[in-house]
Amino acid sequence: MSAVQQVITIGVCVFATMLTRFLPFFIFSEKRPTPRYIQYLGHALPAAIFGMLVIYCLKNVSLLSGSHGLPELLAILVTAAMHLWKRQMLLSIAAGTVCYMLLVQMVF
Amino acid sequence: MQQKGMRRRALAAAFPYTIPIFAGFWFLGMTYGIYMNVSGFGFWYPMLMSLTIFGGSLEFVAVSMLLAPFAPLQTFLMALMIQARHLFYGIAMLEKYKNTGWKRFYLIFGLCDETFSINCAAQIPPDIDRGWFMFFVTLLDQIYWVSGSTIGGLVGSLFTFNTEGLDFVMTAMFTVIFLEQWRKEKKHYTALIGIGASVVCLLIFGPDSFLVPTMAVILGLLTIFRKPVERAGGLI
Repeated sequence: MSAVQQVITIGVCVFATMLTRFLPFFIFSEKRPTPRYIQYLGHALPAAIFGMLVIYCLKNVSLLSGSHGLPELLAILVTAAMHLWKRQMLLSIAAGTVCYMLLVQMVF
Repeated sequence: MQQKGMRRRALAAAFPYTIPIFAGFWFLGMTYGIYMNVSGFGFWYPMLMSLTIFGGSLEFVAVSMLLAPFAPLQTFLMALMIQARHLFYGIAMLEKYKNTGWKRFYLIFGLCDETFSINCAAQIPPDIDRGWFMFFVTLLDQIYWVSGSTIGGLVGSLFTFNTEGLDFVMTAMFTVIFLEQWRKEKKHYTALIGIGASVVCLLIFGPDSFLVPTMAVILGLLTIFRKPVERAGGLI
């Protein structure tokens, strides 16, 4: 691939990314009131999106081979338990991550 | 003077929220920079791509695109598919990004997964300027990502560190935010729709192409069940 072709390839990636980020804001401009249905989606989507993002992070975990997703499951349980107990976002994230690192480096 | 104090307070309020992202972005950013370095690209590639694309998953895939024969249309379609989830972020942030002045352009430009998560879920104190808070979250996240990938690109594989598993910090962050959303909802229809649709689509379509079908299913279910979801209330 020549340098120009590389620039075009990266430019296409930038364009596609910005298209997906700016499109909703272009279609539903600040000046006009947002349609009721879109407002509803705006409120209903976040919880669904965070569910999707958790699964997205785990998409390459194989339940049938390797460690069968056990370190992930345990670390998520630790994260959740810590969060339900202390309700400190940073503490829960740190506990889950350290737990996961110990599990994959020393146990599995 | 007052403007300056307001900005500083917004930065101070935003920073703690971005600490997990700092850990995750430095780790993933350096991994990405090292990957580009060992694939034969100078450090300015990961640096400029992180500045302009600012989207980790696409940037990783772009490495193989750059190594493959030139195929702009295929690149475009692939990039659209990987990045399609931003459409949801935009719809969810329409209201929150209103009336943020010139900062709005940068907020939309930098709307990656992690920035979206914080700006969508953070409880911004009433005495903190919303626009500046969200601006600093976006800016700090991008600084972490660009610096991480640049350092990775500079040092390449010379740098060895036993940080295996550190990438879990992102999973843990999304889990915590998911739990927070869960607590806010009276009924858990939308959270369950998100998890259920993702798991089913992942099983059917596999890890590389389940996101777009998942989004379609989520959209369909939220539309069909609009009445009960709205009646349940407690949506943010």
